[in-house]
Amino acid sequence: MAETRYTKDHEYIRIEGDTGIVGISDYAQSQLGDVVFVELPPVGKAIAKGAEAAVVESVKAASEVYAPVSGDVVAVNSELEAAPGTVNEDPAGKGWFVKLKLSNAAELEGLMSEAEYQDYVKTL
Amino acid sequence: MAAEAAESDIASAVAPLKTPLHSRHVALGARMVPFAGYDMPVQYPSGILTEHNWTREKAGLFDVSHMGQAFLIGPDHETTARALEALIPADILNLAPGKQRYSQLLNEEGGILDDLMVTRSADPDEDGALYLVVNAACKNEDYPHIEARLPANVKLVRAEHRGLIAIQGPAAAEALAALAPEAAEMGFMTSRSMKVAGIKANLSRSGYTGEDGYEISAAAGKIGEIWDTLLLDARVKPIGLGARDSLRLEAGLCLYGHDIDTTTSPVEGALTWSIQKRRREEGGFPGAARIQREFAEGVTRVRVGLLPEGRAPAREGAEIATPEGEIVGKVTSGGFGPTLNAPLAMGYVAKAHSAPGTRLDLIVRGKPLPAVVAAMPFVPNRYKR
Repeated sequence: MAETRYTKDHEYIRIEGDTGIVGISDYAQSQLGDVVFVELPPVGKAIAKGAEAAVVESVKAASEVYAPVSGDVVAVNSELEAAPGTVNEDPAGKGWFVKLKLSNAAELEGLMSEAEYQDYVKTL
Repeated sequence: MAAEAAESDIASAVAPLKTPLHSRHVALGARMVPFAGYDMPVQYPSGILTEHNWTREKAGLFDVSHMGQAFLIGPDHETTARALEALIPADILNLAPGKQRYSQLLNEEGGILDDLMVTRSADPDEDGALYLVVNAACKNEDYPHIEARLPANVKLVRAEHRGLIAIQGPAAAEALAALAPEAAEMGFMTSRSMKVAGIKANLSRSGYTGEDGYEISAAAGKIGEIWDTLLLDARVKPIGLGARDSLRLEAGLCLYGHDIDTTTSPVEGALTWSIQKRRREEGGFPGAARIQREFAEGVTRVRVGLLPEGRAPAREGAEIATPEGEIVGKVTSGGFGPTLNAPLAMGYVAKAHSAPGTRLDLIVRGKPLPAVVAAMPFVPNRYKR
């Protein structure tokens, strides 16, 4: 079963072998409100942990999505260009942003588990 | 994730003020945010897009009790009108009973201190009284500014015991007529007193969405009953500040502190329609020399509408450049228009680049986003003329 890890900034990464699918949590999408535009990076781009991986715009504001770990972009969810609201409807599934090939899997250890993240959200 | 565009209107009040409807917003599940010193609903559970579209299709109900309501009271209309005309560039002397007008409080340089609505009572017994509605974020500066400049026989009376709500949208008139049949007879930018659901209220047929609708002022202790009764109508839903902003932007209406401020004149702000001929000719308002010169000689920059190509919104603060890369202005409001189903913005550009159809670039995250200067409103207004 694929493991999902979270950042304090509400990004998740779902680990699949040596790649990871990056998106934002259900809490994040609910805080953001209706997503109207998503800017994705080019495939092949190397992104460092904590650097901007995507930009998500709601009606109200623009927010950056940071890479939870370092990696090369191997795929982006281009479906979001036509249907950005998918981020709200299915953040953990069809609303993903980028797929990264992990360059340092050890960075995953600094992220929260599902249970730790759910506890963290309760404190907010 | 990190929010880039912060709520720039947030006042740093330690204990936010509450409108008379505050507990109702909380009960409705609204997300409350600090705004101009008040704890206000930015959205209800349905979200900004749904609220925006509901207002365009049915009727949206807004709590705008945070706005400043006040009366200027003098011995007769002429005296009160002249006192106010010394502060604003609109013709108030010739404002007929029961009529409302949009204007701006100006500083000595012709910069805009606030924008406001001015209403002359329809009731002959109230001759000499003008009803003002000013912005929440400005009211604490506006009132002393006005008071310091009034003649001895005209007084400013703050109406702090009143609440204010707005009902906006194509179903607003029918929904309100069920509670106040006389409201249906009112024309755009007119005002009347009547009972709404049995409660004494002052109504104006106006708003901030581009739709037909009304603003309803009533005693703070009673406004909740009107709010509750209107919400019993299935066509009426509560709408938060988020959708209020996207609705006004599509309507091409200015938000004070963003699209107009002390650095902009009403001429630069493309608000010349709000300065009537007599005032342009006679002057007699703060900054008249500058504004008359701007009418005669033109301005170097002006507020315009902007339509970005594609789907990416440009936000407040984005620079505006020519396709050759010369910076010619800045975005003052920008976002996504749900009715337009596209991004939209307004901003100031050099006059030479202000004609509708002019191609410009908006600089978003360091990259030029092609856009075109567009006539406003972006979405046609549906006022009841």
